[in-house]
Amino acid sequence: MKIAISTKGGSMESELDLSFGRARTFLLFDTENRAFTAHDNTENWNAAQGAGIQAAQSVIQLGATAVITGQVGPKAFQALKTGGVRIFLAQALNNVADAIDALENGSLAEASSETKQGD
Amino acid sequence: MKELVIISGKGGAGKTSVTAAFAALAGKSVLVDCDVDAADLHLLMRPDIHRRMPFCGGKEAIIRAEDCTGCGVCLEHCRFGAVRLESGAEGRPVCRVESVGCEGCGVCVAQCPSQAIDFPERISGEWYVSSTRFGPMVHARLHPGGENSGKLVAQVREEARAIGRKEGIDLALIDGPPGIGCSVIASIAGASQVVIVTEPTLAGRHDLQRVLDLARHFNLPTAVCINKWDINPALAEQIEREAQHHGAYLAGHIRYDRSITDA
Amino acid sequence: MTTYAIASGKGGTGKTTVSVHLARLLVEQGAQVQYLDCDVEEPNGHIFLKPEIERTEEATVPVPVIDATRCIACGKCAEVCEFNAIATLKTALVFAELCHGCGGCALACPVGAIQEQPRSIGVVETGRSGAIGFVQGRLNVGEAMAGPLIRAVRRAIEPDSISLIDAPPGTACAVVATVRETDYVILVTEPTPFGLNDLQLAVELMRELGRRCGVIINRAVSDHTAVQAYCREEGIPILAEIKDSRKVAEYYSRGEMMMEPASALRTSLLPLATSILQGNPEAHCS
Repeated sequence: MKIAISTKGGSMESELDLSFGRARTFLLFDTENRAFTAHDNTENWNAAQGAGIQAAQSVIQLGATAVITGQVGPKAFQALKTGGVRIFLAQALNNVADAIDALENGSLAEASSETKQGD
Repeated sequence: MKELVIISGKGGAGKTSVTAAFAALAGKSVLVDCDVDAADLHLLMRPDIHRRMPFCGGKEAIIRAEDCTGCGVCLEHCRFGAVRLESGAEGRPVCRVESVGCEGCGVCVAQCPSQAIDFPERISGEWYVSSTRFGPMVHARLHPGGENSGKLVAQVREEARAIGRKEGIDLALIDGPPGIGCSVIASIAGASQVVIVTEPTLAGRHDLQRVLDLARHFNLPTAVCINKWDINPALAEQIEREAQHHGAYLAGHIRYDRSITDA
Repeated sequence: MTTYAIASGKGGTGKTTVSVHLARLLVEQGAQVQYLDCDVEEPNGHIFLKPEIERTEEATVPVPVIDATRCIACGKCAEVCEFNAIATLKTALVFAELCHGCGGCALACPVGAIQEQPRSIGVVETGRSGAIGFVQGRLNVGEAMAGPLIRAVRRAIEPDSISLIDAPPGTACAVVATVRETDYVILVTEPTPFGLNDLQLAVELMRELGRRCGVIINRAVSDHTAVQAYCREEGIPILAEIKDSRKVAEYYSRGEMMMEPASALRTSLLPLATSILQGNPEAHCS
């Protein structure tokens, strides 16, 4: 499974970015081989509108089937669900490695509806 | 960080003055002026500007007159009435995009058979990081006719959060834009508390209902503050009851007083 | 005949008060007058004019609808959309509230899978308030697309009336859509530092748009003259000054008009109304 994590940096130690659409970077983590790649999200961050939608499209194109983030707006939520992506919500304190641990030991809540309105 | 957003359905209700009063009472906070269409908080706060950045919002189609054959395909496809057919050098027909009418959709750029249309980013304003006697302030100004205040609001709020983290300030006071449109949505999305400033007028009451609807749509804790309540006490009371009925609580009354205007 | 936009840099300066009273004064003098409320997020003129609405029409934006059986998920539509209103997943997914209705996606689709359908953004209401023709736009709550609704209101302008258009506050896109093709812009301001700051922004915008404009100072007080000084310097005519009065504020709060002989609003606005009838709003300014 590939997981996209919204983050402010590009490493396993980086702080999470609680905004999904306007996250600076997505870190794509592969649970099979424990490898990760960092993907810049600046283009979507810069979007006048619809940042969340385009971020959803980006992570789906990267092959992610789950995301870990802080907040997902209604439009991004819809896009991620349509793309069959599961959404997990993490606390502000976690870095990327902690967030992945938390996901794997089942302590992250899965979003069943959007956490934030607007884009 | 807690974000307190002060909005009002209509302009002139006293939103900016209330924000300034909160700032004076709150101790240290990050001040944010999201009323980027007509930013006024800086007049009260007299900020020292430390950093200024240009703000790009969307793109703009510009036809290179020398490459335009005047075929009119752009004119035909533009749904915003932004293209004019004019006579250029030697009376030759050329098309021109009126900057203020251009929506930035790029349809003409894609359809032009001569590839004669450029599509650069347009600079639609500036934003600033400043210091005031009440703490740091983030504010912005759109160029007249500039668009896209929603994105600018998001950017300004993000900068305020960053400053809050860096300087250990856990409160942001946000002077929001009037109305219920895109910039208002961008200014209240994800806020911790909304304060709606209104006045006891029929127009104020009408607008308050619409803003209350919006705040409820976002499921935000909302308080109402009635400015100049004494110009129509009966209506003020009615507005109070309606606001409470909508699940908002009453934050306070302010009198009609010329000394406030003079200040 | 002639279209006048009543605008202001900031809200709450008295645009609506000026518009509705001017409309009444012009009608009294026998003119054919139309009032159009383009402050579509917060239309308030109806509170004073209490019109009878005769017709309500929906204003719409054309938005794409994807035929999933034809869509090949090639991503062309999402790529051309400058407003990020389309995402390509298994098929293209449209977020209609972000769509500006430019039609670019339908043109870009190589397999003809995109059709456009109207999406409602608000209503245009038309009626009468006595002899005054009344038109207002009302934007749906939470709707961001004010421009197309304003254009729809403007389409109701009657060519043989004097049209008074109540503009939205500020200097952003909605104001541009409102004043772009008007003959004259009346800027209403207050004699406060806020008022002056916002007036300057509004004047800058009108110059950029090539609009002729004049100023009305509302809630004027004799010891605050910065706005007058600015107008003199810039060569902008002051069309009227309305004295600060608690009485005007109380009338306003009740949604009533102040039309009695010798009342503050009537006496301040009458010279302007007379000039408008003569076809030159600046005729009374020396």
